[in-house]
Amino acid sequence: MTETPLIGDLAAPAAGSALSGARIGVVTFPGTLDDRDAARAVRLAGGTAVPLWHAATELGDVDAVVIPGGFSYGDYLRAGAIARFAPLMDKIIDAAKSDAKLPVLGICNGFQILTESHLLPGSMIKNDHLKFLCRDQVLRIENNTTAWTSDYAAGQEITVPLKNQDGQFIADEKTLDALEAEGRVVFRYVGFNPNGSRRDIAGISNAAGNVVGLMPHPEHAVEAGYGPAHTGTDGLGFFTSVLNKLVGGK
Amino acid sequence: MPRIVVDVMPKPEILDPQGKAIVGALPRLGFTSFSAVRQGKRFELTVDGEVTDEILAQARNAAETLLSNPVIEDVVNIEVVEG
Repeated sequence: MTETPLIGDLAAPAAGSALSGARIGVVTFPGTLDDRDAARAVRLAGGTAVPLWHAATELGDVDAVVIPGGFSYGDYLRAGAIARFAPLMDKIIDAAKSDAKLPVLGICNGFQILTESHLLPGSMIKNDHLKFLCRDQVLRIENNTTAWTSDYAAGQEITVPLKNQDGQFIADEKTLDALEAEGRVVFRYVGFNPNGSRRDIAGISNAAGNVVGLMPHPEHAVEAGYGPAHTGTDGLGFFTSVLNKLVGGK
Repeated sequence: MPRIVVDVMPKPEILDPQGKAIVGALPRLGFTSFSAVRQGKRFELTVDGEVTDEILAQARNAAETLLSNPVIEDVVNIEVVEG
């Protein structure tokens, strides 16, 4: 693979990759932080990253969308609450609900935006201990049939960074029971619940499995030597999963 | 100019971590009479001119869609304050 520069044109297709024809949009809102890391993860996985601006009124030619982490609108009002009404979000919501089932991944603030959009149920409130927390977090892949987890084994444990203040996933008991029964709890915290999330839930999906959200950050664990110690690349599977699905139709 | 005041509170069944921290801090300052605290939000929407029924309906709609998240919060009060 050709070298991917830390700073450079991340939207350029990866040379010679069979997956480079798949175009993954990465949305930037005012206050988004992790858009470049998400674009880099797409590229390292072999795909083509397409920068998307929140104020755009058309989604353009993309095959999937990542809503990355950060502090859109400074977390004012509620995390994700203002970003949810960006013009581009209307297009993403329509495309995610359409028959084409656009794959959408929301990471951290992106997950909060997806719950505020009601594409995913529940909500995130302040961590039960009230502190911002940054650590390497072990997750279990509870469902490997979603658009974003098919390259993992069911039950596989991965380690990726976690960093948030409003990370406590909550929903009423009926919603939680339905999520469990329908296999829509996609990721669960292992060993330590870092924020008081109900039933150790780290991430969930919609009923169709094309929309997935989680609080931890797979896009920060895609390159050996930079991610958590043991391999550092546990997050790459999110991006190869969706690329393989788009290219291979699996 | 009149303002429409909207009060939003976390739902009763939702743990309020901020309220819990505050109730823990009160006794340290000698305020020992309070057994629980819940923290909410107050919004003041300024209106240029008279508050008509239509404007009030708009405020109610804004309160339910943007100012609160029905999954975790209730709009507990909407009232018009003159001046």
